[in-house]
Amino acid sequence: MAIRLFRKKDESDKKIKIPEGMWIKCDACLEIIYKPEVERNLNVCPKCVYHFRIPATERIRAVTDEGTFAEFADDMESVDVLNFVDTKKYVDRLKEAKKKTGRKEAVIVGKGKINGIDIVLSVLDFEFQGGSMGSVVGEKVAMAAETALESHLPLVVFSASGGARMQEGTLSLMQMAKTGAALARLSDARLPYISVLTDPTTGGVAASFAMLGDVIISEPGALVGFAGPRVIEQTIKQKLPEGFQRAEFLLEHGMVDMIVERSRLKATLTQILRYLSGHGDR
Amino acid sequence: MILQYLDFERPIVDLENRLDQLKRLDDGTDKGVKEEIGKLERKIGKIRKEVFSNLTRWQITQLARHPNRPYMLDYIGHCFRNFLEIHGDRAFRDDPPVVCGFAELEGQRVLLIGQQKGRNTNEKIHRNFGMANPEGYRKALRVMKMAEKFRLPVITFIDTPGAFPGIGAEERGQSEAIARNLLEMAHLKTPIVVAVIGEGGSGGALALGVGDEILMMEHAVYSVISPEGCASILWRDTAKAEVAAEMMKITAPDLKKFGVIDRIVPEPLGGAHRDHKAAADALKAALVETLFPLVSMPLPQLLDRRYRKFREMGAIKRKAGGA
Repeated sequence: MAIRLFRKKDESDKKIKIPEGMWIKCDACLEIIYKPEVERNLNVCPKCVYHFRIPATERIRAVTDEGTFAEFADDMESVDVLNFVDTKKYVDRLKEAKKKTGRKEAVIVGKGKINGIDIVLSVLDFEFQGGSMGSVVGEKVAMAAETALESHLPLVVFSASGGARMQEGTLSLMQMAKTGAALARLSDARLPYISVLTDPTTGGVAASFAMLGDVIISEPGALVGFAGPRVIEQTIKQKLPEGFQRAEFLLEHGMVDMIVERSRLKATLTQILRYLSGHGDR
Repeated sequence: MILQYLDFERPIVDLENRLDQLKRLDDGTDKGVKEEIGKLERKIGKIRKEVFSNLTRWQITQLARHPNRPYMLDYIGHCFRNFLEIHGDRAFRDDPPVVCGFAELEGQRVLLIGQQKGRNTNEKIHRNFGMANPEGYRKALRVMKMAEKFRLPVITFIDTPGAFPGIGAEERGQSEAIARNLLEMAHLKTPIVVAVIGEGGSGGALALGVGDEILMMEHAVYSVISPEGCASILWRDTAKAEVAAEMMKITAPDLKKFGVIDRIVPEPLGGAHRDHKAAADALKAALVETLFPLVSMPLPQLLDRRYRKFREMGAIKRKAGGA
């Protein structure tokens, strides 16, 4: 069976009649699959190993030991400093995102355990404004790094983001510097930072904390890059090759350490953490 | 005769061209011509003031990209002595949009790192329109590490539309190169002064932008994405760039207010492109004033101050009532 990691764009647009509720169509192989089976399989297609995007809460459930995760700074909310209005008001976009996700912002941070190992965990949520990084996301990722430093714990960050949040202007850009600075301190203290890239991780998030892990893991097929494919195509005026900016492309070019399927992620994190934790300077 | 000018500069340039013609007629005998010259000069002064005290953010963006605007190497020629350029990232190739070198600022030895655009077509292509590849950022990092090793302060110049979006750039890790510089600059053990002299385009600008003091020329811009890019994503219409520039608030006074920059460097009336030397004099004065206190600051204090500067940037609301 061929493993198809990328979404077949053209074909998936064709309407196929699917019974409501229990059956869904895989974005990649277009097979009709039984929803409960996909969910049991950590939202990975049982036919072609395509990794569906999952919300942050589900991610936390999948990697931490049951009942160990304790969130902090969950009361932080964005401020519309610029009074930004495009085709919609930024405040309305925020309201919609909050309603859709039931969360206040695009990242969850907290302490938890992975197979008994204490860690600080930060998980971006693509469902909230495309996981974009404004002041709150930058602040919480920096806080996670600082908490890891103070508590002498490893940091694990899952990224899923289109990049910096335009509606907060240059302050969003500065969150890249803020998170980079916090990670510099963590690194100086010789505490491990593992970055996990999920689909998609691009722009200002890729160009800051996501690419700074001591070890960088990617999920199969994840789109990872600085510039979006559309921008590159417009700049160089040519079509991009198949698989460009996908996890496998990054592995080939030496930009990530490994590609790990969701089912093996917790075990792999555990293995790496056992090598890297316990060496930090007190 | 001024050949390259922006739409809103036109009334000024038209009058200036008339003044040129009159001055050529003036042989010192005709009193009427002399009077006319005086009148015209006063009028030009008045209009220039009017235009430049009411600039929109989009007009400032255009000034920041003005084809005659002083570039990094122009400022170096005016502000520094004994510039000695150094090349290459020691890994892949030398990237011409990023310029590095030794220089002296009022007797203080420093390392300069910055972005350089080209003036004519050949230069523009050579400098890749000021858009660096990963090797450009890695060259900058190599030079910063050398500065740290030999305790030389660093001055960076920001002037780029953004990091280059190309296939090779992605293959060689554009995002990693930018990210690495952010981390390394945050704890580099030597003073860093940053000067945004033209276009501060996104992550490609910030990759040279983490420092102890951030200066910004009066008509420079600094943004998370270009107004055109923002317009194309949010409005699906690049013609909305003007509105996007207005919305994102990307000018020096805006960013001073948000705490993103520390100091605005005044430009001569009419913009830096009209008087390179005056613009350079103002930048030099600001560099001397900001750099020298940093050089004598104890290192732990310097690094703590730098950390807190970026740590505090942002706008956040907390339910508990804190900010």
